[in-house]
Amino acid sequence: MGSPLVIQACGLTKRFGEATAVGGIDLAVRPGQCFGLLGPNGAGKTTTLRMVLGQTLPSGGALEVLGEPMPARRRAIRRRLGVVPQIDNLDPDFTVVENLYVYASYFGMGRQHLETRVGELLDLVALTERASSPINALSGGMKRRLSIARALVNDPELLVLDEPTTGLDPQVRHLIWSRLRELKRRGKTLVLSTHYMEEAERLCDELVVLDGGVIVSQGAPAALIKTHVEPDVVEVQGPHGVVDRVLSSLTGVRDEVVDETRYCYTADPRALIAQLEALDDVKFFHRPANLEDVFLRLTGRELRD
Amino acid sequence: MIRLAALDWRPPGLHPGALAVWRRNLLVWRKLVAPSLLFNFGEPFLYLLGLGFGLGRFIGEIEGIPYFTFLASGLLASAAMNGATYEGMYSVFTRMVPQKTYEGMLATPLDIEDIVAGEMLWCATKGFISALAILIVGAMLGAVQSWTALWCIPLFVLVGLAFGGPAIVASAVSPSYDFFAYYQTLVLTPMFIFCGVFYPVATLPGWLQGLVQFAPLTHAIALIRPLAAGLPSENVLLHLGVLTAYAVVSMYLAVVLVRRRLID
Repeated sequence: MGSPLVIQACGLTKRFGEATAVGGIDLAVRPGQCFGLLGPNGAGKTTTLRMVLGQTLPSGGALEVLGEPMPARRRAIRRRLGVVPQIDNLDPDFTVVENLYVYASYFGMGRQHLETRVGELLDLVALTERASSPINALSGGMKRRLSIARALVNDPELLVLDEPTTGLDPQVRHLIWSRLRELKRRGKTLVLSTHYMEEAERLCDELVVLDGGVIVSQGAPAALIKTHVEPDVVEVQGPHGVVDRVLSSLTGVRDEVVDETRYCYTADPRALIAQLEALDDVKFFHRPANLEDVFLRLTGRELRD
Repeated sequence: MIRLAALDWRPPGLHPGALAVWRRNLLVWRKLVAPSLLFNFGEPFLYLLGLGFGLGRFIGEIEGIPYFTFLASGLLASAAMNGATYEGMYSVFTRMVPQKTYEGMLATPLDIEDIVAGEMLWCATKGFISALAILIVGAMLGAVQSWTALWCIPLFVLVGLAFGGPAIVASAVSPSYDFFAYYQTLVLTPMFIFCGVFYPVATLPGWLQGLVQFAPLTHAIALIRPLAAGLPSENVLLHLGVLTAYAVVSMYLAVVLVRRRLID
């Protein structure tokens, strides 16, 4: 009790029969942070979040959320947090605005105190025009935005989002990102899982990278990039023999072959670029290293389904 | 198979959150109130009119009760049974599995025990509405013999709880909607046929009379029929006790099994 951390986990473990979904992770989320769980499918992100919410019981380890033990104090903890699930579970028997009122009633909040809040929330997620629409008439993006509004109905201190923009078009993703930044400015702590590196890089102050139920790395996005990959990446497409000759003449370039593309990681790309520019049958693309490079470096390139 | 030792057997408590779950269902029902009530009033009206007047002409009286009253009192109990059961099976399953309504509730201060208690109370409400509709229709058609029939009204709620709980248990363990065919054919229909809705249990062979004593519908009818007919009630505490036991035990089991299904 009394921890200043919003989430504190020590050796948090979840086993389903023989399979280990989360294999003993430590987490420390500070107030006001946007904290990201990054990992490929099956890495244990959703199971970790479900334990934080008290929706699945840990098999081992200790977990405190908002200074109280989870799952023992789950009712009290959930009163103070908001959840945006990965798969929308809006109530299809109600309209947009009714969803907010009915959800608030689960917190024991009566309609009379909510009129202003509900109006503000609909405004925040740009759904004021759709207040009376049935849920089935909403697009995927509108449903996700309503899920966010619904998660805020109890004015939570902590907002937990499981892959908040998966499957949404770019316009909606940008709207959601800007709203999440706005919530952070208002002092809310955000915890989100994602497999979009761009999302993690834009939003998160701190990340843990999960793979196979364990933390393989953690830190701020920029620090992770600095630690794990060289600052510059040159992606090269061309005959392997030709590219091999160029690379063998240079030092300080690490390369990976993925199908037709050669990924060259380096601290100083100038010599490489100069040589590549001289070649006719080679195309290349130079960019700064990003979180995706870190992610692929840490979790490998094989498919995860 | 379900491993009993692996289940969370902590007994449930009652919290005001259950009323929020109940109220959610009431708000949805209010939107569809016209077709629901047409069903609630129309079906028994047809049953009573067709069977009661048709068969009643040939049968006259059973156990000193006009057949019309005999049948109406059986239908009162079976309507409470069916109203509660269908809500506890199809509707609860829909909210638990495809619609993920409970998953949403479990992100709020509500917990499994509130969801189960609220749903049981709503099942009882549906059973109550169905049975009350028959009571009104029956009274208008002259099937109700005494003002003691008003005592049936609180009984409908108890009967609804006694059937709603087991139906939620069935929902908690069923892999899909198809599973409910077993419950319908192996549990509901036998009770409807053998527990005294259409004829007295005393006409059954001895072993079957013993068997139907375990069925809650038998006890529901034993309480409701004398009240509707204005005759003295017998073994009231026994019948109330069996119905209460069904409600309490099934609620406990439902909480344990829904926990297993949703919390894992």
